[in-house]
Amino acid sequence: MPSAIVSEYFRTNKLPQIWCPGCGHGIITRAITVAIDKLGLDRDKICIVSGIGCSSRAPGYMDFDTLHTTHGRALAFATGIKMANPDLKVIVITGDGDATAIGGNHLIHACRRNIDITAIIYNNNIYGMTGGQYSPTTPKFDKGTTAPYGNVDKAFDIPALAAAAGATYVGRSTAYHTQLLISLIENGIKNEGFSLIEAISVCPTYYGRKNKKGSAVEMLEWQKNHAVNIAAASKMAPESLDGKFLIGEFKNSPEPEYTKEYQKIIDMFKKE
Amino acid sequence: MKSKARLMQGNEACVEGAIAAGMKFFAGYPITPSTEVAEIAAEKLPLVGGKFIQMEDEIASMAAIIGASLAGSKSMTATSGPGFSLKQENLGYASLAEVPCVIVNVQRSGPSTGLPTSPAQGDIMQARWGSHGDHPVIALTPSSVRETFDLTIKAFNLSEKYRVPVILLMDEIIGHMRERVELPEISEIEIIDRKKPTVSREKYLPYKADDDLIPPMAYYGDGYRFHVTGLAHDETGFPTNNPAIADKLYRRLLDKIELHKNEIIEWEEQCTDDADIVIISIGGVSRAADTAMKQLRQKGVKVGTYRPITVWPFPEKRLIELADKVNTFVVAEMNLGQMALEVERIIKDKAELIKVNKVNGEAIYPEEIIEKIEEVL
Repeated sequence: MPSAIVSEYFRTNKLPQIWCPGCGHGIITRAITVAIDKLGLDRDKICIVSGIGCSSRAPGYMDFDTLHTTHGRALAFATGIKMANPDLKVIVITGDGDATAIGGNHLIHACRRNIDITAIIYNNNIYGMTGGQYSPTTPKFDKGTTAPYGNVDKAFDIPALAAAAGATYVGRSTAYHTQLLISLIENGIKNEGFSLIEAISVCPTYYGRKNKKGSAVEMLEWQKNHAVNIAAASKMAPESLDGKFLIGEFKNSPEPEYTKEYQKIIDMFKKE
Repeated sequence: MKSKARLMQGNEACVEGAIAAGMKFFAGYPITPSTEVAEIAAEKLPLVGGKFIQMEDEIASMAAIIGASLAGSKSMTATSGPGFSLKQENLGYASLAEVPCVIVNVQRSGPSTGLPTSPAQGDIMQARWGSHGDHPVIALTPSSVRETFDLTIKAFNLSEKYRVPVILLMDEIIGHMRERVELPEISEIEIIDRKKPTVSREKYLPYKADDDLIPPMAYYGDGYRFHVTGLAHDETGFPTNNPAIADKLYRRLLDKIELHKNEIIEWEEQCTDDADIVIISIGGVSRAADTAMKQLRQKGVKVGTYRPITVWPFPEKRLIELADKVNTFVVAEMNLGQMALEVERIIKDKAELIKVNKVNGEAIYPEEIIEKIEEVL
């Protein structure tokens, strides 16, 4: 029997989903629906948009208005949707390759505009759908099928990228830290502006196997043992953070929202 | 009462037509010689409660208009050759997902950056085959400022009616030309809106076509909670790998245009009744063709003109009829023979075919057409 959340918010006739056993994407997708549920939003006024890749298959299972677009372009499609109907809450589900490689330009400009879209980047550190090629978030020296001797590219720090580009709400959590993830998504949706939440997933099939990271459970345990909340990190000695990574709310600084700013222009010409 | 006569540029007439047709969203990226379309849209849209956005690139502009259309706004973008190439990815998406939208391509000389920004008509085949896979295409080509206004409205109407992206294939000559125009009253203009579902959410199948092969289209936010994808899909809109369903979908996309082609196809012909020679041309070149015809008629040469207004689907049936009585077709175009390929395919060996081609960034002049015709007389 599916849980109440799944029965309520998923297209249960489309389940089971296509993801591999142990994939973290299901946890993240569920977290999004829990956040929506907690916010008590009108589900007919929510539009979920994705690009191409493993994560981008999520909207197909979610019982909302959903749009599965082209590779990297989800944010550009979402921008058109939000402009045409600002009453819609627009949520974008995308992956590390989708959002930061082929869609990198769209990402920084959506951040810059501060348009009211909440983007959730499922980061599995690899191109999963095509079979394990290195992505812009594959750690340096890790392996992928196109980096058989180790990846020499430096990885993107997605929250730093988004914050620098102008996103007004930025956070990071992991598939392990589900409660934090739910609250970040909730706050992201509540923020009237561009919100970005990096959700670090696990890909035991490609990234894990290629880099000897163990089982899905071991990969989740690694997240548990290596993530440090930014609130706690500020009180810790720098050397105790070696080999760790930060999670939590990185930026929360609301600014005027794009479609509202544009509406002011329209209102200038409204007849009395 | 008609509006007062105005001196208007082709690109401006395009925006006037779009607004008359109900455009409420424009996404674009600067590129000559189409930039005025974006500039004027930015100025005029807020006045009618519409919205303009300058996106980060051509790809994003195309994506944004598809998104806006799905959320219920009639949408348009404008570009030229290099940008048109970039739009092909999402143009294919709009074809498969059946999202109404209008793409203006004010053609310039290419390939690549080419001769910015001299006139050309080198995108005739790109308009037809630019996106991968078999897909439906409607492309309209105006040859005057007033016709740019009319065809922009027609482009919106066709895209709404058939749920297909429609390309307004202009050229730099028409885009930048200024002419005296009188625009019709809004009440005189026929506006077509997409058909919406009449059934409840539970019964709505977003990709189940009616007998006219066109599925009714809900808007995002209407409460239908439907799914749209660029993957092959069944009538529910969800992806499928079933070969029979995929085959049926791909064929329906082409068939829905084929079924209605008599309503879509438009052309103009002059003096073809007694013509031995017929000049075929589109857009800016048609103006030179008209002059060439008139001058040759004065010399007693029986010349007519044939101007496809819908370049895709190509007005084929009438051309077949003409081929039975015409000795020679002269295809004049600002490329190295793209439309001639289509004419050749249609007329087969029934008549002689002569090409007048120019790709040096200059317009084709009437004398050049006359000279070529006099060579074969």
